[in-house]
Amino acid sequence: MPQSITSQYIEITQDALWRKNVGFVQLIGLCPLMAVTSTVINGLGLGIATMLTLIATNTVISLMRGVIPDEVRLPVFVILIAAIVTVIEVFTKAFYYDLYLILGIYIPLIVTNCAVIGRAEAFAFKNPVGQAILDGFMTGMGFTVALVLLGGIRELLGYGTLFSQAELMFGESARVLTVTVFEHYRGFLLAILPPGAFFGLALLIATKNWLDRQASPR
Amino acid sequence: MVKQIIKVVLVLTLSTILGTGMVVFSYQWTLPRIIANERMTLLSSLNVIIDKEHYDNDLTNDVRHFVDSDLLGTTEPVMVYRARKNGQPVAAVFNSVAPDGYNGNIYLLIGIYLDGRVAGVRVTAHQETPALGDKIEAKRSPWILGFAGHSLTDPLETGWKVKKDGGIFDQFTGATITPRSVVKAVRNNLVFFQQHRQQIFETPAQ
Repeated sequence: MPQSITSQYIEITQDALWRKNVGFVQLIGLCPLMAVTSTVINGLGLGIATMLTLIATNTVISLMRGVIPDEVRLPVFVILIAAIVTVIEVFTKAFYYDLYLILGIYIPLIVTNCAVIGRAEAFAFKNPVGQAILDGFMTGMGFTVALVLLGGIRELLGYGTLFSQAELMFGESARVLTVTVFEHYRGFLLAILPPGAFFGLALLIATKNWLDRQASPR
Repeated sequence: MVKQIIKVVLVLTLSTILGTGMVVFSYQWTLPRIIANERMTLLSSLNVIIDKEHYDNDLTNDVRHFVDSDLLGTTEPVMVYRARKNGQPVAAVFNSVAPDGYNGNIYLLIGIYLDGRVAGVRVTAHQETPALGDKIEAKRSPWILGFAGHSLTDPLETGWKVKKDGGIFDQFTGATITPRSVVKAVRNNLVFFQQHRQQIFETPAQ
């Protein structure tokens, strides 16, 4: 019996956000995950850019799935992904220039995020466009959640703040979003440096596994 | 077989055209905005150094390049923005480099008034250690503001060092190399300015 559309959508969502989260379970796209997550806002910025990329690439590739011959699907994916990422970079530069200055090199590097070509190959190429769009959105969301959580842990430990520089993303009025959690905090260097990203990610994965174990029947 | 080959070639060609087309179109469409953004960002960082009340020329376009690897810290041409009021020179802002930071180049904007006093210094890019060396950023520490008003005679050469080396500028706890490198770069720039003052303001923009 074919699955109903709704249960398919629910499964896509659960997989992308939790069971097969690219950040915590599949562990792909680790390079940007480690590199930009020194603050919540950096993580959120790259997360959203990656999500837009995933939605666009999944859509285009799902629409073209009947046309693209199997033998050359990978080159075609790469061309389309590279073009879409470049377009997103150009738009960030035009409309969110301050954020672009921070994310800088990491936007073009979305091209190399295996999650993007991974979803194209494993999902969009085999599924109708509705499901592909949802999968792109949810996978991007799962990745964004991972980036924001890791950014939150590192920013809190490293600088003692949360949401600093929110104005770069949401305009000047968002400056008030910045929360100084610890006054006169002297900073914890390790959390900001690359090892902090590994420790932080390890803690998050451990927490997720612990939650899964709690939930599963013994 | 032949049909399949034709199909493959067609799909590859079409997707290349589609991809390139998207890039070309969005680049053309956003280019004016991107140029405006870059200019705005440059202008606002220049205005931090030279108050916009103090000049009336088109600062971002009144540019000249100088090459002096010893004093300006790089073998590349260094941009010098010239501020003028009523046609009279007011100040010059150098986009120069401190080449001996703890972790590579530290890119600086150094403003110098006509009389040789520092108008202001800001760091535009660096890779110094977070929470130690990055106190050279104005948003993390007021240290970089301490250069304003100093000149080659105030202090004399022996004073243009960090305190640890017998000078008047603070170092940071756990990071001496970074501020040492910036102090040296600022002084070198002042020397360059003194030697080339005429040239800097007289020649037309490039």
